[in-house]
Amino acid sequence: MTKFEYAPAPESRAIVDIKSSYGLFVNGEFVEPGDGSMFKSVNPATEEVLAEIASAGAGDVDKAVQAARRAYERTWSKLSGRDRGKYLFRIARIIQERARELAVLESIDNGKPIRESRDVDIPLVAAHFFYYAGWADKLAWAGASNAPSRPPQPYGVVGQVIPWNFPLLMLAWKIAPALAAGNTVVLKPAETTPLTALLFAEICQQADLPPGVVNILTGAGDTGRALVEHPGVDKVAFTGSTEVGKQIARSIAGTAKKATLELGGKAANIVFDDAPVDQAVEGIVNGIFFNQGHVCCAGSRLLVQESVYDDVLGRLKRRLGTLRVGDPLDKNTDIGAINSAEQLARIRELSEVGEAEGAERWSPECELPERGFWFPPTVFTGVSQAHRIAREEIFGPVLSVLTFRTPAEAVEKANNTPYGLSAGVWTEKGSRILSMAQQLRAGVVWANTFNRFDPTSPFGGYKESGYGREGGRHGLLAYLKAEH
Amino acid sequence: MAERLAVKKTYKLYVGGKFPRSESGRSYEVADAKGKFLANAAWASRKDARDAVVAARKAVPGWAGATAYNRGQVLYRVAEVMEGRHSQFVDEVAAGEGLTRAKATALVDESIDRWVWYAGWADKIAQVVGSSNPVAGPYFDFSVPEPTGVVAVLAPQRSSLLGLVSVLAPVIVGGNTAVLTASADRPLPAITLSEVLATSDVPGGVVNILTGTLADTAPILAAHMDVNAVDLAGTAGDAELARSLELAAADNLKRVVRAPEAEPDWIAEPGLERITAYLETKTVWHPVGI
Repeated sequence: MTKFEYAPAPESRAIVDIKSSYGLFVNGEFVEPGDGSMFKSVNPATEEVLAEIASAGAGDVDKAVQAARRAYERTWSKLSGRDRGKYLFRIARIIQERARELAVLESIDNGKPIRESRDVDIPLVAAHFFYYAGWADKLAWAGASNAPSRPPQPYGVVGQVIPWNFPLLMLAWKIAPALAAGNTVVLKPAETTPLTALLFAEICQQADLPPGVVNILTGAGDTGRALVEHPGVDKVAFTGSTEVGKQIARSIAGTAKKATLELGGKAANIVFDDAPVDQAVEGIVNGIFFNQGHVCCAGSRLLVQESVYDDVLGRLKRRLGTLRVGDPLDKNTDIGAINSAEQLARIRELSEVGEAEGAERWSPECELPERGFWFPPTVFTGVSQAHRIAREEIFGPVLSVLTFRTPAEAVEKANNTPYGLSAGVWTEKGSRILSMAQQLRAGVVWANTFNRFDPTSPFGGYKESGYGREGGRHGLLAYLKAEH
Repeated sequence: MAERLAVKKTYKLYVGGKFPRSESGRSYEVADAKGKFLANAAWASRKDARDAVVAARKAVPGWAGATAYNRGQVLYRVAEVMEGRHSQFVDEVAAGEGLTRAKATALVDESIDRWVWYAGWADKIAQVVGSSNPVAGPYFDFSVPEPTGVVAVLAPQRSSLLGLVSVLAPVIVGGNTAVLTASADRPLPAITLSEVLATSDVPGGVVNILTGTLADTAPILAAHMDVNAVDLAGTAGDAELARSLELAAADNLKRVVRAPEAEPDWIAEPGLERITAYLETKTVWHPVGI
């Protein structure tokens, strides 16, 4: 078969202007960190250093929390819901106007394909601000209060810590509902992907958001810990690993702090023998190779009914042969760079364990760039439930394939995990979809689709995938307390 | 030096995204609150009303089928474009309602903000009035709101902009299309609003605006068998007319929003009543089982 080559289709970098160094965003302006310490943010596709980033210490965290408290008491809590909403609408509009700039910057800093940052991340970011902007003056309808005459109240100052897989989108999931509900925030973006959060800080300035309502502190785990543990923080929201989520739950034990935790996952993507196979194969690919598999709700365990195993696997492998791995800024790229050397090492280690434990490893032929952090799309077959690659979150483009015979066995295997974030079901039979959805212990169940996100749709986990919901009315309630 | 001779505007109807004159060839004089001539406005006929219903019906599938997010964006855009014509609206409201500029400004501000308020409802109303229903059996059962279709709106006679927006926005936010009869004596803000709508991503036909008397258009709209609902706000104070229109509306069981005895001042934040008045509830049953 003749294979047509793609011509390069690079998205221009000219639209972004990356400064050589960035300070912390506290009380509406960029400031130097107290102890002057900096770290570097790297382009994972080239290992090029993009910028020096301020590392916030405990003193900086304290200043930011104080700024947020002042803004809460003096400005934000005094504003009407309507005016809070109007600020958020403004932010949503500026994000739409600067969408391409944000998308290119996201792809440079994170390594994700421009097609995804442009068509998924940034439009969802704008949509999220738009959605929660509309809630700001409608809190009485959100249903949080037991006494309807008394509208629900914000917590005050919220400390938020977000991961590197969807940097700006996770920021939007955190900041938009928090502000709409009337809280002020101190947010720490991930160490490896701070740039779009810092551009967002500029957007807050552009929108004339009152100083201190949004504070952005860059740094590593220590900064996040100091923020979460700061006594001036009333509510904590965290997206990241289950391990850190547990640390946070422990650190707020015995305090009045509330928490929303959106943690790891090991989702089962279940394909029945009556599924539309081509559609299912696209869903499997999207489920695990979207965003290099750096997705907490990724469909990392494929459960295929035995009778269609050969067919599904054959078509899946053929499809994987057409995926294009490489330059994130090329518009034809399907799979970009792994976000960091550290993450690449983890993916490699678990993949080696998979082989050592007896699973069969397969990747399509694909040429990886010499510089940067890369990992080919990988499929493990012959995986048993005891294998580490079936139990642990790899957070990379690695799919573990298991089989089942009956719906009951599929449910049993799907639920055989401490996680419970998401699941997928592929079948033409509606009643089976609903029956499976009832039995799966997961916060989101996708039927004949996968990895769909919308600001109106609540997202979050069961079990050790965390608690609380983001998105929708439920996501708003996470930032409101019912007063009695 | 001679004063520049002003270019006077022609005020027309707004039907199907276009600005036609009345097919009747009639117009009428619009005066300010002191009786001074302001403009000639098109005097819509019964035929114009029927044409407007056809245009509104044609626009239903596209508008009802748009995502709620999209409808919210479009309504917000209306607010943005109105903001750009702020002073024109202030002029027209001040002249027509006989208000100081300060009072007219407050009404225009509130009118723009009201679009923003309704824009926010587009993708939330289903979450507030919809439900999943725990029926006693192996069924997944849920109820969702859907637009009723074409809504005839008799806009308030006194509040020429805030009242107008307050009755129009809740119709279209839910996915309905509207045929609106503007205040007979104070139609200019409605006509300017039609120019805003035409440049705000609102698809043609979603809002159709007629000027003229209620006597010409209201009975046609209330009796029209392809109209699904009618808002009688503009009949406030005329109980006899309101009753006759409600009688006509009964022929195809239009959803009727009655007029209060006297027109309210519209400044208070609206509730959900006007949105839900034009929504049907659809309940879907689906079996659950292997």
